[in-house]
Amino acid sequence: MTVAAASVVDSTPRPGLAERFDRHAGRFMVLPAVIVLLCFAIFPLIISAYLSLSRFALAPGGFTLKFVGLLNFRKLLTGSQQYHLLGKFMPFSPFAWALVTVTALVILYVLGRYLFSGRATVFGTIGRLITAALLMAIALLFAATTFSGGVPGTMVTTLIYVIAGVSAQFLLGLGIALLCAQAIRGRNFFRVLFFVPLMVTPVGIAYTFRMLADMQKGPFAPIVQAFHVGEWSWATEAWSARLMVMVGDTWQWTPFMFIVLLAAIENQPRDQVEAARIDGANGLQIFRDITWPAIAPVAATIVLIRLIEAFKIIDLPNVLTGGGPGLATESMTLHSFIAWRTQDLGGSAAVGYMLLFVSTIVCVSFFNFVVRPARRLES
Amino acid sequence: MTENRSLMQRLFEPTSLERQAPAAKAVTYALLFIWSLVVLVPLYWVFITSFKNEGDVANGPFYLPFIDFQPKSDAWRFMLLENNTLGPYLNSVVVALGSTALALLIGSLAAYALVRIRFRVKLAMVAIFLILLVAVIVSVVTFGLPWPIAVAVAVALFILALFTVGRRMKAALGNSDVEFWIISNRIMPPIVAVLPIYVMFQNLRLLDTQFALIITYTAVNLPIVVWLTRDFFAGIPLDLEESAEIDGASKLRVFFTIALPLVRSGLVATFLLILILAWNEYLLALFLTNADAQTMPVLVSAQNQTRGPQWWNMSVLIVVMIAPVVVIAALLQKHIARGLLVGAVKG
Repeated sequence: MTVAAASVVDSTPRPGLAERFDRHAGRFMVLPAVIVLLCFAIFPLIISAYLSLSRFALAPGGFTLKFVGLLNFRKLLTGSQQYHLLGKFMPFSPFAWALVTVTALVILYVLGRYLFSGRATVFGTIGRLITAALLMAIALLFAATTFSGGVPGTMVTTLIYVIAGVSAQFLLGLGIALLCAQAIRGRNFFRVLFFVPLMVTPVGIAYTFRMLADMQKGPFAPIVQAFHVGEWSWATEAWSARLMVMVGDTWQWTPFMFIVLLAAIENQPRDQVEAARIDGANGLQIFRDITWPAIAPVAATIVLIRLIEAFKIIDLPNVLTGGGPGLATESMTLHSFIAWRTQDLGGSAAVGYMLLFVSTIVCVSFFNFVVRPARRLES
Repeated sequence: MTENRSLMQRLFEPTSLERQAPAAKAVTYALLFIWSLVVLVPLYWVFITSFKNEGDVANGPFYLPFIDFQPKSDAWRFMLLENNTLGPYLNSVVVALGSTALALLIGSLAAYALVRIRFRVKLAMVAIFLILLVAVIVSVVTFGLPWPIAVAVAVALFILALFTVGRRMKAALGNSDVEFWIISNRIMPPIVAVLPIYVMFQNLRLLDTQFALIITYTAVNLPIVVWLTRDFFAGIPLDLEESAEIDGASKLRVFFTIALPLVRSGLVATFLLILILAWNEYLLALFLTNADAQTMPVLVSAQNQTRGPQWWNMSVLIVVMIAPVVVIAALLQKHIARGLLVGAVKG
């Protein structure tokens, strides 16, 4: 195509304005997108980086920004805000030791296999080392807080939402998609119905679930009271409050997984499934050998999309619990938002950057080590 | 063959390859029914709560209108007539439609160019650009240099570099690198960018306007548009576009008259997905709007008043927020699955 375009241009002795524009049309077509992203992503990112390295204070007639280096980050990781971001650490329990040991062994095994495979490259090794370091840090963080009776901070809470929430949404979505893909009546009805929660605003979902979970006036109140636990409230206990947030999130996002996975399952090679049936394969075998390889690339990609979005959760915990009880349901975005409200702009930007680091490493790692191999599986 | 089967066989073995065994069928329908309840009960509860008043909720729980309680339209009348709901509602409509249309236009233009035209972006120039950007910001914020001077100097230096360093450097980024950069912008949590955007609009006196929200949502959703539409464009055959170019059509004309119509159904899917995201967005609207440009999600969350949450009013808002999107999505639902599938398979 570029050849064709060039020959048109060459045949005219002096290109007019329109043609000169057309020769660079590609640049002009990408330019608006690049400008918008520079103004609303790169530029703010640099300003935020600067903010995270300074202390903000209101002064008469305006504000002052004082450069303080990595102080904000040091405060978050080892100083007065460590409790808020990382949680309260406790000596490892046996269970925590087991978690750390298993994680370390798995990482060492995978890294070793890669290094001795003969395909190792410098960039590949660096990437894997970064992923391994983050995985190990996350394992240590979980081991020191939730697994040892400590108090998890906002980072652990966010990771719980991401890991548990996305897993639950994927498994539920896959299960329902498999059910719907069978020869049943009313498939289109279910397809439309199951899609609806995706369209409800997360703030609305938060209020809806607060209404539903009301132990005195909610629709399930008679059932709850029959078990004589009417005095108990989910909002006062850390794990039940976290569970409520995840239930709301799962209710909203399972339809997304469902709708794409259903389309992928319907797209799988029909003749292979029928041939397998005739040969007497059972449902599990068909799923393992035909359906799963066919949908794996799609599955990996939508999990990636959800991972990217799940790290940003704020609406649900903010409205449902306000981050409480204590810090139990506070996500990192909410943490940053609360810091902003208390005029701690440097701290707010630093929390935002911590979130950016973690989610970028997780998402890029997931893309490189899960989505890419999954796509190769298909071809 | 069916004559000699035992009861167990009849229940658990399919009669033919196409059909399911009766027991499996029963389990399937039971599970689908349970999930239908999971989806419907919250929606139903919101719907009937919107027809209750304070007393109905306080003395509840009541489940069935006309039997348990008498439905009342007080909350509807209050929210739609007395309370200013229409303003935020119109804001939401304008912002969602405007930003979706803009993101779709800019994003598909970029995606098309990235699929069809080879780019080579000099690595050195990217580095110089970033260094100059940081230098401008630091000199303005720390040393109080007036920003027009700083920007002018930076632009001059950049153009100088373009004709000196840029000519010599060979290392360049290709199309896939540019694409990856655009898409990776989606990973950035909005909370990181929202403060500078807030200050930027404050300086431009655009805070609390629909325009500010439209342009911000466009930027936030642009990566998804590029991610999805690039695969639609990659999937259409080249011949039509080539013959149009030989006939002398400009690239822009080829894009609008040939390429865009060919990927219609994919665009519909992308449109709907972006529309839902923009319609429901909360965090950015919370920062960037106050009273004039307030959108529905912010209004909904503002119903949590000092007297306690006004469930009935809130339910009205949620119902009016869901209704239009549900109708649109139900009509276009088939496109969504197909559109997302293409994006997800090749993305």
